[in-house]
Amino acid sequence: MLMRSLFYLFAAMTIGSAAIAAFSRNIVHSAFALLGAFAGVAAIYTLLGADFVAMTQVFVYIGGILVLTLFAVMLTQGIADVTVSNRAVGRAPALAVTIAVGTAMAAAIARSPWPAAPAYVPAPTTYGIGNAFLGPYALPFEVASIVLLAALIGAVVIARPASSGEEDTP
Amino acid sequence: MTGPLTLGDFLALGLIVFLLGLYCVLARRNAIGILIGVELILNAANINYLAFAFFGGGRYDGQVFAIFVIMLAAAEAVIGLAIILAIYRQLRTIDVGAAATLRN
Repeated sequence: MLMRSLFYLFAAMTIGSAAIAAFSRNIVHSAFALLGAFAGVAAIYTLLGADFVAMTQVFVYIGGILVLTLFAVMLTQGIADVTVSNRAVGRAPALAVTIAVGTAMAAAIARSPWPAAPAYVPAPTTYGIGNAFLGPYALPFEVASIVLLAALIGAVVIARPASSGEEDTP
Repeated sequence: MTGPLTLGDFLALGLIVFLLGLYCVLARRNAIGILIGVELILNAANINYLAFAFFGGGRYDGQVFAIFVIMLAAAEAVIGLAIILAIYRQLRTIDVGAAATLRN
């Protein structure tokens, strides 16, 4: 019963914040509402017994991606202006597609029998995850490192202001 | 709804977050708004991964995949925002419709 109350609390927090992020007219409000959505999802991860993933979510999403998004919002000026910042067109077709996909998926979820939660035994998962990364998932782990390195270099090259020595200035 | 939580509860939560993200991606013309929608979709996918890992019994594959998704989301956000800033410097707007002028 406690688990269910906690689940509804964190689910309400997640869905409410995500709704603000998705529907707000002001992009600054959207970006800040993302904080509540990420934090609520991290709490849901904890309910699912994934302590390491929950902390990774806090570090990477809240500490990294959210701050990065806020930087981008603030660096593109004039963004607080509602008509400029979050003009949304095609609301009706977007809503139609969303409702169509949602009903199909909700029917699939509602029709299937799902197992109840196993007894919740809080146990550290870092040992198993570390073994998985250095065992069967060693190659994807190394490829992920290369992807991150490429993203790092690519972001620097793309976002760098054009220096005076280059001829690509308009 | 009483009784113990089932896998369906978590899948329903993931579905709602996914739909909010999908609407955000489809309806927005602001490039940063679209990236926010993508982050919501990736979070919904992660909820599903971890729910199936938890209810599927004791294996770590789902959690490992969730960490890979988080890592790729970070890389995607970095590159996406770098591109948005580059477009903003050229065009002084981040409207995805205006970015179509990049083709010439």
